[in-house]
Amino acid sequence: MDVVVLSRIQFAITTMFHILFPVLTIGLALYLVVVEFLWLKTRQELYYRIYRFWAKIFAINFGVGVVTGVVLEFEFGTNFSRFSQAVSNVFSPLLAFEVMTAFFLEAGFLGIMIFGWEKVPKGIHFLATCLVALGSMVSAFWIVAANSWMQTPAGYELVNGRFMVTDFWNAIFNPSTVTRVNHMVMASLETSAFVVAGISAYYLLKGKYADFSQRSLSIGLIMAALFAPLQVYLGDRSGVEVFHHQPAKLAAMEAHWETNTTGGAPYILMAIPDPTNEKNLFEITIPNGLSLLVTRSTNGQVQGLKEFSRDNRPNVSILFWSFRFMVAVGFLLLIVMAWAALLWHWKRLFQCRTFLWTLVIVHPLGFLATELGWLTTEVGRQPWVVYNLMKTTEGISPIPAGNVVWSLILFLIVFPVVGAIYFFYVLKTLNRGPDLSSPIPPVQRPVGMETLAQVKRNKVIE
Amino acid sequence: MDFVVAWACLLALVFILYVILDGFSLGIGLLFPSARNEEERDLMMSSIAPVWDANQTWLVFGGGAIFVAFPTVYTVLFPALYIPLMTLLFGLIFRGVTFEFRANATRKQKWSRAFFFGSLVAVVSQGLTLGGVISGTTVVEGQFAGGPFDWFNPFSVFVGIALVAGYTLLGATYLIIKTRGEVQHRAYRQAFWSAIIVLACQVIVTVWTPLHYPVVLTYWLNPPRIYFIWIFPLMGLSAFYGLMKNLKNRHEFLPFVCTVILFLAGYLGLISSLYPFAIPPAVTFREASAQKETLRLGFWAVIIVLPVVLSYTVYSYSIFRGKVSKEGYHY
Repeated sequence: MDVVVLSRIQFAITTMFHILFPVLTIGLALYLVVVEFLWLKTRQELYYRIYRFWAKIFAINFGVGVVTGVVLEFEFGTNFSRFSQAVSNVFSPLLAFEVMTAFFLEAGFLGIMIFGWEKVPKGIHFLATCLVALGSMVSAFWIVAANSWMQTPAGYELVNGRFMVTDFWNAIFNPSTVTRVNHMVMASLETSAFVVAGISAYYLLKGKYADFSQRSLSIGLIMAALFAPLQVYLGDRSGVEVFHHQPAKLAAMEAHWETNTTGGAPYILMAIPDPTNEKNLFEITIPNGLSLLVTRSTNGQVQGLKEFSRDNRPNVSILFWSFRFMVAVGFLLLIVMAWAALLWHWKRLFQCRTFLWTLVIVHPLGFLATELGWLTTEVGRQPWVVYNLMKTTEGISPIPAGNVVWSLILFLIVFPVVGAIYFFYVLKTLNRGPDLSSPIPPVQRPVGMETLAQVKRNKVIE
Repeated sequence: MDFVVAWACLLALVFILYVILDGFSLGIGLLFPSARNEEERDLMMSSIAPVWDANQTWLVFGGGAIFVAFPTVYTVLFPALYIPLMTLLFGLIFRGVTFEFRANATRKQKWSRAFFFGSLVAVVSQGLTLGGVISGTTVVEGQFAGGPFDWFNPFSVFVGIALVAGYTLLGATYLIIKTRGEVQHRAYRQAFWSAIIVLACQVIVTVWTPLHYPVVLTYWLNPPRIYFIWIFPLMGLSAFYGLMKNLKNRHEFLPFVCTVILFLAGYLGLISSLYPFAIPPAVTFREASAQKETLRLGFWAVIIVLPVVLSYTVYSYSIFRGKVSKEGYHY
């Protein structure tokens, strides 16, 4: 294998492993903001316990996210130095801004958030939680903006093969940035809400920590119910954006070979794409569906893949399937939330065991959808590293393949090990369950706090 | 305004901040085997647990800042130093995950070992990287044109060893501030011995550099450098004297301050000997710099944001000031 393929595999593996952790960081941070707000507002001890429990998971997750993320910042230089050289003037400030405005913020206040309970007053602690959550979202903004620039470059002029800045604002807010940032942040929030809901549902099914898990589940479900429909909407917006700016990618995602000249383009629900013969072997279609979806009219024209030369087409089979499975997960989660709304209406939310088990089963699917989404967008950009302007093969470092073989093997050993240990300690923390009894630090105890014992007594009286 | 010079100064500031902040954090990892039991290691780890991540972020920022201001340095040195940079990353991964994993573990010993080895690999890799940069890189038409092991030579190995001693010293003097009793007592001894090795290493590097690059000697002996270059060894020697004195008097805070000055002396001496070269022996900062618009935007962004970052960093340190207690910090 040559150094291009090896470097691409390594970058794919390191990003795909890394992204799992920030996804949970972004969503769980917002969840913790909500929980701490409720704690400060209602003064119910339960919220404090919920916060402390999920903060433990948050801390383990954050630690792995940080160290795996550092790798990516280096890989642009070590593995894709010619790309970095060509785009540095436009691209590098976005990465540096991410460090300055997001990483420092997260790292600076994480210490207070996790270890500061006895050291700072309530307000400062809440502020720390808010700033960590803000930092995680700002980080998502910059890194997706940088990636969006590679997808839909703007604000530059090409001078002797180097991209020179003409307008930073346009480079940052290039045509796809806003849509893609929203889609990614929402993916993180939705995924995390389902993680919280799924784990809480499991406790409830096992009859453990009833009050704790009901409350934790409720907050998770309210967030999930909000995010699931919103994400379907944002996903649709992303699709339209791809249609306008990356027609070859859209055509490959939809396995759409021929440009429709008379009438609308059909939406292909299922097909087996055959790239060699430029057709689909088997199709289930909705007439005019694709035109309606991306052009908002029944006979809008959608460019087919055949309009692009063979070596400028992305891999149809990967794109078609990864995109479809991502969409399927999105709709599945939406349906689960519709079911949740009905159960809530019938006041059977915590009693319906089938529903609770469903939550447990679907809880990791958000991660899968996020990975498939990134696979779609990144494989869909190929063969370009900067869309339509610079080929991936032109961006590689002048290093021997042996270097990358060596580091790739190490990543292939280290990441599964780190991942397995991460799982082990997360499961251990989940097994141990929430700590409902250790004393609350005096600086944090609000006046008139409603303790867990009081809640229990009131229930008995009722 | 000359943004190239301004950025060179900014980068110098960022890297010394990284070296000192992550230096004591890595140094504590290097001192891990010397602790008698896991309770002592808990204490050592607690002293850095709330700040290590922020400290390490300076490295990421340093990488990003080079990419912004001197893209040629980023795109030439990173492929050239592929192997030590990757081992640095693997070291940092192992070390970084240990903080959370060890805190959750029942048997902590194996994680203590991982923390030590991760730190050691990271520190030696940093030394090899730095040594590799100083010993020179082959550049043809703005691209790296050397072999995968060009960074590996006696000099870079020596710098690797020197950095182990240097970070050990930073770690020990930091522990003196944060601990008491047996751990502190031992840290005084460790600081004493590592300081002597550090001084010896600095002397050797000072002699070795002009032997490797005869041009450096010409630099030293001619204006403008001849007017100020001698300040750095003088500064280093006074810092060393102060360090020894304060260690002997069992002062708690000043040994760390003296160590920082000792580091500064070596650091400033090195960069003022190699300036204006960003990639020795051939590429200058000006040749390696980015487009002016990028330099300007980046510079003002840093000037606005960095003071904010520094102030909440100081705030965070002030919250966790004082001796670290046996229970450490609670989760």
